[in-house]
Amino acid sequence: MKTWIAFYNILMKDMRSYYLKPPNISWGLIFPIAWTLMFFLRSPVAVEVRDLLPGVMALSILFGTTSMLAVTITFERKSRSFERLLLAPISLNLLMLAKTSGAIMFGVVNAFIPVIFAGFLTSLSGINWLMVLGSVILIAITSTFLGLFVAVSVSQIFEAQTFSNFFRFPMLFLCGLFIPLSDLPGFLRPISYALPLTYGADILKSSINQNGIISIPLSFFALIVFSVFLFAYSIYNVNRKWIV
Amino acid sequence: MKIIEVENLKKNYNGFTAVDGVNFYINQGEIFGFLGPNGAGKTTTINMLTGIAKITEGSVKLLGEDYTGNAKKAQAIMGIVPDESNLYEELSGWENLAFCGALYGMEKKLREERATQLLEEFGLEDASSKSFKAYSKGMKRKLAIAAGIIHQPEILFLDEPTTGIDVGFARQIRNLIIDLHSKGTTIFLTTHYIEEAERLCERLAFIVQGKIVREGTVEEMMRETQEENIVNFTLGGDFARIEEEFRSHFPEFNLKMVKNNDVSIHSPSAFTLFPFVQFFEERSIPVFEAKIVRPSLEEVFVKVTGIELRKMQSEQTQRRKIGQKGEGSRS
Repeated sequence: MKTWIAFYNILMKDMRSYYLKPPNISWGLIFPIAWTLMFFLRSPVAVEVRDLLPGVMALSILFGTTSMLAVTITFERKSRSFERLLLAPISLNLLMLAKTSGAIMFGVVNAFIPVIFAGFLTSLSGINWLMVLGSVILIAITSTFLGLFVAVSVSQIFEAQTFSNFFRFPMLFLCGLFIPLSDLPGFLRPISYALPLTYGADILKSSINQNGIISIPLSFFALIVFSVFLFAYSIYNVNRKWIV
Repeated sequence: MKIIEVENLKKNYNGFTAVDGVNFYINQGEIFGFLGPNGAGKTTTINMLTGIAKITEGSVKLLGEDYTGNAKKAQAIMGIVPDESNLYEELSGWENLAFCGALYGMEKKLREERATQLLEEFGLEDASSKSFKAYSKGMKRKLAIAAGIIHQPEILFLDEPTTGIDVGFARQIRNLIIDLHSKGTTIFLTTHYIEEAERLCERLAFIVQGKIVREGTVEEMMRETQEENIVNFTLGGDFARIEEEFRSHFPEFNLKMVKNNDVSIHSPSAFTLFPFVQFFEERSIPVFEAKIVRPSLEEVFVKVTGIELRKMQSEQTQRRKIGQKGEGSRS
């Protein structure tokens, strides 16, 4: 059987049904503007847009992907249309990759919207774009798989949102984007290093402003390990909880 | 040829046994029915056979090949229509069918042609571009069946296909099932409607509390349950005047008056009708009708299981109505 046909069509259906819907497109535009404005308004001194860029990009990906995936999969589970996918003759791994690919692409696109805005406000020269792209893709993958992990752990849509925030908000403050890791209390630092976004954000800082503190290969490796772990654990949970 | 063979299939949920060691087979090209009350284990059995529930114990073979615990191997030749719709509310009827075709690896041109063809066959062509959420319950069920057969499966699983839909649509769906069967599709049908099972199925299994209590053809089941042979005569004259004579003429037969001029003749062994017809004719009593009376499938079911399925159905309908009223008053 041509499984790629199934993969491609699941991806395209999700794109049309969820990711390319006007509310989501506007989310992708409003979120980075709101974050940037927030920093401008709250800061007593002039804020350099380029300093904000890694943080806004990373958060655009994190919030975009986790929200969408956790909610769409929980919604499909509730309406039983996810069962239709489980009955299709494609492997569970491929099915979940098809379901998550749309969110990953949504995350990557979301990440570059702040870059477009920043391009009008500041110079973007001297940025290692290849590394930016690599880190954006890996942040999108880990965040999406985090959304998958949430989706598999809950049964109601409101739970998906609440449970996502349980991970997202600590990440927001502990990943070193807005409060440098060195300024965090000692007991919080191990938690920071246990969060995938810490590594993704650090690569973005290194490639945009050359002020990352973690070795870049180590950060890439950590993101890959997080991705593999979150995906494998989610598949294990799908097998355990949804195919009872 | 057996398309599906199930041996000692069991399903336990947290200590509760939903399916308790069932054995059955389905021949290629037949309609096999699973008849039982709600909660008997019908849907759980389908879920295990189609791979969305794990098998606790037992084995399942498809065309002689064991696929226990690896349903993905078999899903390509299965079509599944669950008891509740699992299509996409936001997609149109046509898009839903084309998408389901894609899940089975069908090429774009082929699945689109087939989607159009099925919508025509199922009388849904006018609603092809309507979103699925705008469909009526009966239309949704028809589209779900179309989605189940878009890839032309060898075997189609239909879980309670006519439950909860109006009489007109139920009739259309039964005709669609007959039509699919005539084209050679093997069908595994679960139902709790006795008339549906009797009308559609060639072979049946009664399932109660997770166990198969009887399996066989409808004919076999009726024959096994039949304790005596009964023929009903509708006569065109007054039987009372010849009753005494009849009893003395046929002393080995048991006679029962049904209505004024209707009599039924009972015998433990098979008998021919001619002597009776001749007896009546000679006494100038015309015979308008002679009908062999067989037990209904419902009688067979009650006898085998001790469960009044019809009573359960009406209780369920009553509960559903009360539930709907409750929801209505809340809203």
